[in-house]
Amino acid sequence: MKVDGVQTAELPAEPLPPSGMSGGDRMRWLARGLGQTLITLGVVMLLFVVYEVWVTNIFAHAKQQATRKQIEQSWSQGKDPLKGSDRLKLPSGQQVTIPLGVGFANLYIPHLGKDYAFPIVEGINDADLEKGVGHYPGTAIPGQIGNFAVAGHRVGKGEPFLNLNHLGPGDAVVVQTAKNWYVYRVMGDDATGNVSVRDLQGIPGREIVSPNDVQVIDPVPDNPGKKPTRAIITMTTCHPKYSASSRMIIHALLDRAVPVSGKALPKELGGTL
Amino acid sequence: MYVWIWRHLPGGMAAKVVQTALLVAAVSALLLFVIFPVIEPHLPFTHVTVNR
Repeated sequence: MKVDGVQTAELPAEPLPPSGMSGGDRMRWLARGLGQTLITLGVVMLLFVVYEVWVTNIFAHAKQQATRKQIEQSWSQGKDPLKGSDRLKLPSGQQVTIPLGVGFANLYIPHLGKDYAFPIVEGINDADLEKGVGHYPGTAIPGQIGNFAVAGHRVGKGEPFLNLNHLGPGDAVVVQTAKNWYVYRVMGDDATGNVSVRDLQGIPGREIVSPNDVQVIDPVPDNPGKKPTRAIITMTTCHPKYSASSRMIIHALLDRAVPVSGKALPKELGGTL
Repeated sequence: MYVWIWRHLPGGMAAKVVQTALLVAAVSALLLFVIFPVIEPHLPFTHVTVNR
């Protein structure tokens, strides 16, 4: 074919070993090889970005839907992974054990969208975090005095905590368990709207910390060894976006708890409870 | 490498274009569904927890 003939003539001997080439040919062969390698690497990296921000979301979305179904099913069968009657009466420090990867609650943050809803599963391994927001094992459970600590992805994998930085003081963080709705409110200074202001115990609404600052998930956040007197939810995710050099931490304080009653929603979610 | 592949694909221009598209799709699928999921946990982009 003519086209092929022309192309062959224009692109000489590239795949042949460089032996038997003149010096100029060899340089050209090397430069072309290097160029192709770099272009290939660039395309692979772009593809990785596509994977991270798009493909992982598709897979995670399916898994999170399955988790929500699992939660709904176990609730409708009267099986609560957080077995026990009233979480608010569970003494702090006492813990129920939930198998890793099992969903036991739902998370709603109305400020991040009317349809914002993610399942909360036990565990913070990669597999758990793909199924939803992950609960740090050993930390308090929803509504319990102490620190109910959860982690979630910021980019990809369903990205539950993508816009966590948009939360301000007083914004509702709603957790639904089989028995109760728990309404937490982001800490910080309500009057000025400054989410970084610390309260008397030194707990802010939002803080950026290093990845090994584990005191943020202590029973009293940022107060290692102290005995908790309040019920707090702590959410951790990576920061800045697309990086993992730091962690963004949001603390919210339990405002109220209402028993689940049929399909009724709490006021924060546009309902009546 | 790409020239070598192109030259060794059988058939005329149209056939080569189709085969090239198939090859690109196959390599992309391999990367997206097999290789990236395997290497991702070792990259620092998706770490969201605090730990010691």
